[in-house]
Amino acid sequence: MSNNGLLKSSLAKKYMMALTGLFLCLFLVGHLLGNLQLFDTTPEGAVKFNEYAKFMTTNPLIKVLSYLTYACVLFHVVDGFVLTIQNRKARPVKYVVEKGSANSKWSSRNMALLGTLLLVFIATHMQNFWFKMKFGTVPTVKGTDGTDLHDLHAVVTNFFNPVENEYALFMVIFYVLSMATMGFHLQHGFSSAFQSLGINHPKYTQIIKNLGMGFCIIVPLAFAAIPVFLYYIQTAH
Amino acid sequence: MNITLKVWRQKGPNAKGAMETHKMTDISGDMSFLEMMDVLNDRLIRDGEEPFAFDHDCREGICGSCSMFINGEAHGPGRNVTTCQLHMRSFKDGETIHVEPWRASAFPVIKDLSVDRSSFDRIIQAGGYISVNTSGATQDANAIPIPKVDAEEAFDAATCIGCGACVATCKNSSAMLFVSAKVSQLSLLPQGKPESKERVQRMVDQMDLEGFGNCTNTGACEVECPKGISLTNIARMNREFMKSSLS
Ligand code: SF4
Ligand code: FES
Repeated sequence: MSNNGLLKSSLAKKYMMALTGLFLCLFLVGHLLGNLQLFDTTPEGAVKFNEYAKFMTTNPLIKVLSYLTYACVLFHVVDGFVLTIQNRKARPVKYVVEKGSANSKWSSRNMALLGTLLLVFIATHMQNFWFKMKFGTVPTVKGTDGTDLHDLHAVVTNFFNPVENEYALFMVIFYVLSMATMGFHLQHGFSSAFQSLGINHPKYTQIIKNLGMGFCIIVPLAFAAIPVFLYYIQTAH
Repeated sequence: MNITLKVWRQKGPNAKGAMETHKMTDISGDMSFLEMMDVLNDRLIRDGEEPFAFDHDCREGICGSCSMFINGEAHGPGRNVTTCQLHMRSFKDGETIHVEPWRASAFPVIKDLSVDRSSFDRIIQAGGYISVNTSGATQDANAIPIPKVDAEEAFDAATCIGCGACVATCKNSSAMLFVSAKVSQLSLLPQGKPESKERVQRMVDQMDLEGFGNCTNTGACEVECPKGISLTNIARMNREFMKSSLS
């Protein structure tokens, strides 16, 4: 009998998938709450956003959280990859006719595909903003207390401004589609994580499912609204 | 009714298989799917051809041996029925029906529609039992008080007939529904408690060893299971495995 079932078993891989996934859901909430400040288009709003960005890049606790987030993404991706390879191997000869739609949600059958698309989005998204902030030259502005701040607000708004960025419209579309992808990934992922952790109860499962449904619609929609809004207000009407 | 059958033909475990087409005429809607297959085989034998090999025994939905993947679904389009309980009236006149074996590396094809499900037996051997004294001094099970809910849940789990439709229908060929039904059935009852910790570890180990895929909670198994085994059993096994690994 194995004493290390928690390390190598198929169930353990599922626990890790669930735990990292749920942590990333928490990350999404935090990220979204910060980003919602972009709806404030006043000059004070811009300063506030830049001060927030500075806090997020310098606070040690946030640093720890951000490394944890990277670790979760990495683990979720590698674990998901291993699970997918094993699952493919478990059926070497495919069915001639297979009617998955009769018994399961589309999103539940395409988590690997949705996840891969999300990975492409994350890479692009980090290149668009995080990379510029870290390695590029970002103009500085004065904060409320007179110190220099990186003007990330300008970087973000310009990115979705058709005058500043000739690919702005394309990027808005890409961001919106990516958020739809995330919605589908979450549609299955959120409630699935609870099932993997053994949390299934006649009283609470429906609540978890409803919560998941709300989460997978509201969070991506709110994220997607940001580029659409920024593009809209910066386009001449 | 008239139908066109496309049936998987595979000479042996290592042979390459392919779909074979057969026209069926004057099929009664009241025939079971297996009876329709009997008609086909009867005709093939008369014509001096090889009949299709398929598994069946009780033909009343209790043994779990019949196993056909019909039109993309395990046990066909019916709900809570096995292939032997599926009637031809579930299909339209003139329809083309695809019949395939269960497909999973842990269920290798023996011939045509017949697959080797002994991997399930080995999972049961690994831990799907309780150790009781059978020397004659065995305690009367009815004398042990068991809460009604537990008895009901254990009984529901025990209705699993080990057909393998859950594996066949799962896109990952995962055996979680079957294994969790067996784990639940035993661990919910007092007789199964003493071994519950080792049981879940051993059965999950064996399941992984047999090459079944990993559960991704699509829920397809629960829908296609002829006995309506619930996903709550999988959650219970997830809990039990975690508990027994940590303690
Ligand atoms: S859980 Fe259902 S589908 Fe799976 S083996 Fe048991 S009866 Fe068949
Ligand atoms: S032949 Fe026994 S269940 Fe179908």
